[in-house]
Amino acid sequence: MLATLTSPRFLRSALPAVSLVMILLPIFYIQPRTMSYFGLNLLLNLAIPIALATIAQMFILCVNDLDLSVGSYVSLIACIGATWLNDTPLLGVAALAGCILVYALLGALIHLRNLPSIVVTLGMSFVWLGLAVLLLPTPGGKAPVWIHAVMSFKMPLVPFPIVAALVIGLVVHFGLMRSSYGAVLRGSGGNPRAVARAGWSLLRTKVTMFGLAGFFGMLSGLSLVGLTTSADANIALRYTLLSIAGVILGGGEFVGGRVSPIGAVLGTMTLVLAGSFLSFMRISPDWQIGAQGAILIIVLALRAVINRRERS
Amino acid sequence: MTGFSAASPRALLEKAWIWSFLGAFSVWLAAVIFASGQGAAEMLVAALSFSTFFVIVGIGQMFVITTGPGNVDLSIPANIALSGAVAMKIMATDNSMIAVGLIAALAAGTGVGMFNYALIRILRIPPIIATLSASFLVQSCAIAYGRGLRIKPPPVFADFTTATLMGVPVLAIIAVIFAIVMGVVLNRTFYGRSVIAVGQNMRAAWLAGVNVGLTRFLVYTLSGLFAGLCGALLAGFSGGASLNMGEEYLLASIAVVVIGGTSVAGGKANVPGIWGAAMFLFLLLTMLNTFGAGAGVRLVMTGLIIIAVITVAGGDKPVR
Repeated sequence: MLATLTSPRFLRSALPAVSLVMILLPIFYIQPRTMSYFGLNLLLNLAIPIALATIAQMFILCVNDLDLSVGSYVSLIACIGATWLNDTPLLGVAALAGCILVYALLGALIHLRNLPSIVVTLGMSFVWLGLAVLLLPTPGGKAPVWIHAVMSFKMPLVPFPIVAALVIGLVVHFGLMRSSYGAVLRGSGGNPRAVARAGWSLLRTKVTMFGLAGFFGMLSGLSLVGLTTSADANIALRYTLLSIAGVILGGGEFVGGRVSPIGAVLGTMTLVLAGSFLSFMRISPDWQIGAQGAILIIVLALRAVINRRERS
Repeated sequence: MTGFSAASPRALLEKAWIWSFLGAFSVWLAAVIFASGQGAAEMLVAALSFSTFFVIVGIGQMFVITTGPGNVDLSIPANIALSGAVAMKIMATDNSMIAVGLIAALAAGTGVGMFNYALIRILRIPPIIATLSASFLVQSCAIAYGRGLRIKPPPVFADFTTATLMGVPVLAIIAVIFAIVMGVVLNRTFYGRSVIAVGQNMRAAWLAGVNVGLTRFLVYTLSGLFAGLCGALLAGFSGGASLNMGEEYLLASIAVVVIGGTSVAGGKANVPGIWGAAMFLFLLLTMLNTFGAGAGVRLVMTGLIIIAVITVAGGDKPVR
């Protein structure tokens, strides 16, 4: 039993949960009222859209690519949600479907021309942002009533954000980590040549992963606009870096298709709570992104220690 | 290698960098024709002024990218914000403190670069993650240190960064010389060749006796140093440091490197192309401006053109 608990493999997979607990405990200690239904709701409300964006990023990282456009894409979706989807639902739905299609096509382009995803998505971040500015030049718009209703849903007993995070993590976990095609998808990041030799189309896996990223990015944008009720072209720009940090914090590796959906959701929550943690510690909010960076570095350092022990 | 060369027998056209200059020239021409010849020279002068900053960080980023796939410095925007704030705060509008402030800014930039490499080395994490986490910390330092105050640059420093010599910005002239020097360093010195060798095949370079660790360390340190320089100059040029001053340099630094003909797969660098690409990016925005395009259209067009350039020029397999 003790051997399992101290094995590097177990430690590594427990790291995301441990870091979440490490940041949650001091918050509970300093301000016990946060332990209530209402307190947790408030603390974790904004984690849902970020968790969805992190999952989107995870799909891309899983096939050895990097998406630097998630933030502006989520912003655009939020803008579509607050304008077309509310005023002319049919046009709104068509626009959302079009966005996902563009994402899938980007996957195809990157695969077929063997392009560096970092440059393509950096370019796309301008395109998404530009479209968002065209659609909503000044902050405003109005979220459709039904999205707002979903996002402000009061669950009995357990706060909605926790249930939502759990559902997101488990659905993606079973889809990607437990299904047979999920294994192929991850394999195309781990060893593309082997997957191709086994007869699977790498083009199809890439398109699927980018399409999934587009889909979860859309969910992120819609849930965000449901929470804020209005949108702005710059509303989610910081999600790009947060989502990468969340995946890594959750145990995802940068190459080789090693990702963890549940870890990614936990990683997101840790990053979101870092801000609250600082304010409870009475540290200036100037240091909020710094604290997120520090958490990232500490967790990576711990992982480096674990990996080194494994090798020796 | 470039994808362009097959069509043309002429040696000149086989140089990857010529395309960025041709691109810059054609967007400039289009803007001039549209404005019926008005402001042609002013456009070039403005392009030279603003390209200077793109070129300075672009060259640092180029050295980093040349060391191979996955190597990229994402901390440049935060670094620019921090070193700009350091420069302005230490200079404190006092002409006699310019040198001290400049040195402090360069030291801050260099420190960020060293920190980046320390993270990569000690934690054994990919450079993208290392520079990303570092940028979070650096950005916070910039926020806490700058306190949102906008301190004006000392008059002499502000004059220097905006001075012109026979109509040509002095900074641009210095940046051209700087680019030539860095081109020589890249192609003619042992260190430059080491950078390219590491980018082509790290293991082979190591077996051939190249000190891979030192080469990579210097690459990140240089990138930090140049970002620090850019931060100080940019703060002088734009009348004070601001926290989001470096924002556009994340895309710009990578875009000028890629459009300039440097391979993202590493092992193939191109210094003149950076100037061409920087001019191209700026003149493209100027052209869209003269056409009367709004902010949204400008953003969309910039993004699409970057993707178009990489799609045409891309397809490079990593040299292994």
